[in-house]
Amino acid sequence: MELVCPAGNLPSLKAAVDNGANAVYFGFRDDTNARHFAGLNFGPAKIAEGIRYAHQRGVKVFLALNTYPQPDGWSRWQNAVDQAAELGVDAMIAADIGVMDYAANRYPELKLHLSVQGSATNYEALQFYKENFGIRRAVLPRVLSLSQVEHVVNNSPVEIEVFGFGSLCVMVEGRCILSSYATGRSPNTYGACSPASHVEWRETPEGLETRLGGVLIDRFAKGENAGYPTLCKGSFRVGGNTYHAMEEPTSLNTLELLPQLQATGVVAIKIEGRQRSPVYVQQVARVWRAALDACERDPQNYRPQAAWMAELGKVSEGTQTTLGAYSRPWQ
Amino acid sequence: MHTQPKLSLGPVLYYWAKDQLLDFYEEMAAAPVDIIYLGETICSKRNLMRTDDWFSLAERLAAAGKEVVFSTLALLEAESELKRLRRLCENGVHMVEANDMGAVQLMRGKPFVAGHSVNIYNDRTLSLLARQGLRRWVFPVELSSQTLQTMQERRPAGVETELFAFGRLPLAYSARCFTARAFNLPKDDCQYRCLDFPDGLTLAAQDDTRFLALNGIQTQSAHTFNLLPELEQVRALGVDVLRISPQANHTAKVVGLFSGCIKGEIDLITACEKLERLVPVGSCNGYWHGAAGMENRAQAAAESLM
Repeated sequence: MELVCPAGNLPSLKAAVDNGANAVYFGFRDDTNARHFAGLNFGPAKIAEGIRYAHQRGVKVFLALNTYPQPDGWSRWQNAVDQAAELGVDAMIAADIGVMDYAANRYPELKLHLSVQGSATNYEALQFYKENFGIRRAVLPRVLSLSQVEHVVNNSPVEIEVFGFGSLCVMVEGRCILSSYATGRSPNTYGACSPASHVEWRETPEGLETRLGGVLIDRFAKGENAGYPTLCKGSFRVGGNTYHAMEEPTSLNTLELLPQLQATGVVAIKIEGRQRSPVYVQQVARVWRAALDACERDPQNYRPQAAWMAELGKVSEGTQTTLGAYSRPWQ
Repeated sequence: MHTQPKLSLGPVLYYWAKDQLLDFYEEMAAAPVDIIYLGETICSKRNLMRTDDWFSLAERLAAAGKEVVFSTLALLEAESELKRLRRLCENGVHMVEANDMGAVQLMRGKPFVAGHSVNIYNDRTLSLLARQGLRRWVFPVELSSQTLQTMQERRPAGVETELFAFGRLPLAYSARCFTARAFNLPKDDCQYRCLDFPDGLTLAAQDDTRFLALNGIQTQSAHTFNLLPELEQVRALGVDVLRISPQANHTAKVVGLFSGCIKGEIDLITACEKLERLVPVGSCNGYWHGAAGMENRAQAAAESLM
């Protein structure tokens, strides 16, 4: 299985390449990608340098162009596709039907991957994108159990990539607008979930409050570790109980599922985290390279090493991890 | 002079007891809605109504003069769900509202409606789907009236535009059942707790601000999106269909108020005041104004005058 690593900037790209990634993915510096954060992503000069660096070392480069243009912003996405074709990226990861239609017609040689934001959870949906745009690969939303992943792979007309590690989307990607409900900005429209521009940290007599768009997301006692107010990881009241009603602050970690994922025929494992530091990318890529190599050598006797789990635990949200939807009980 | 928009009744998004559901549709058969969307769109475990039950209900409503459309499941995960989907897509009589790209694929070459959970954010997408058989599309709920205006100017001939005009907003879908989670139950043993919450289970922030509603694997807004106050603008934009999303109580009154206003039989301001009293928590319309969805612009404007 290929290891696909995040590259939020040039140092992260190099860290991924140097630590065993088979492919890296990056975005432009605007709302055409789903990590549209201040200070992140690539301008023209750095892109060229990054692609050169990766290609010289036999690593593929994917461009994430995975948000949804509205008519008045269309030209930005069209220019981004033009640029991707010109740069010679190994694939473009897209979500919007209009964007894929333009790319497939204008640049038939440009390989297309369906982004997780395309929200395709079944092989009939994949067939649509294959027939219409000739996509080569699809990234599955983090909503399927392991056996459901296998069923999709067995019936899919294209290669399947799944998420292995990183921040966990609890909702099916591409169809979650909780963020714009509170802030006016969503991954689809703006390329960010729970954007920092709408976050407040307030010291109050009840403790430190985190708010998003004015909505109280969580409250932390003195000394408690206050996490970033991602909407679906907040602590809310339902029927008289206060708890993490949707999900706890936690990261996805599928290290222990590697042999099973390999057996399903999944071709690539994706690491989330373009917004994270180059150190994160370095640590995670190194662990996953070692794990993938071990699994490939001897899947029968593969066990995730304690040191790997500890290393990944350190860089996880809330320093805890979950198998997410791959495991039925989580659902 | 624009033609008057038609009224549609969206699929019931909640899990209601079968008798309650059938009584509800008896009432709707006599209500002034033109189009009725039928089917389970949220959770395939909800099985009080089997596919054949939906088929016979469709016949009853068609006989009452309604245009019936079958709505498909929004989040498809299992082969059994695809099997049920294929049956709906091959029903041969009524149109289908595709709520996922898998359903769009199965409907290619046949007339279909694309629901709000199919992402149609630009005219290039709309045109491609129109070439595959799309006859009507539901505007994504998070987009603004300004985007709608451009889309209306550029929409292909023969394509109708429908607006989600009233109801708790559909915001997200998950593999996890949040209603079961609220009772510490796993999804595989959910005990159908959503039967107890016919408008969803309201979620509040820790300062008691009501924020969201949990409806099984779906998350909705606690506040009801309401475009009745914007009726003049909606008309001017040439919208073809206004959708009312059913709620447990007063749906017939809601339909009556929308219908009365469209026909000019009821004064809009009076109707809006009445409508405000019929929603579970309160109303919102931020998305329409290009703002955070939970905002209520008209109300904010009124309060600033006081």
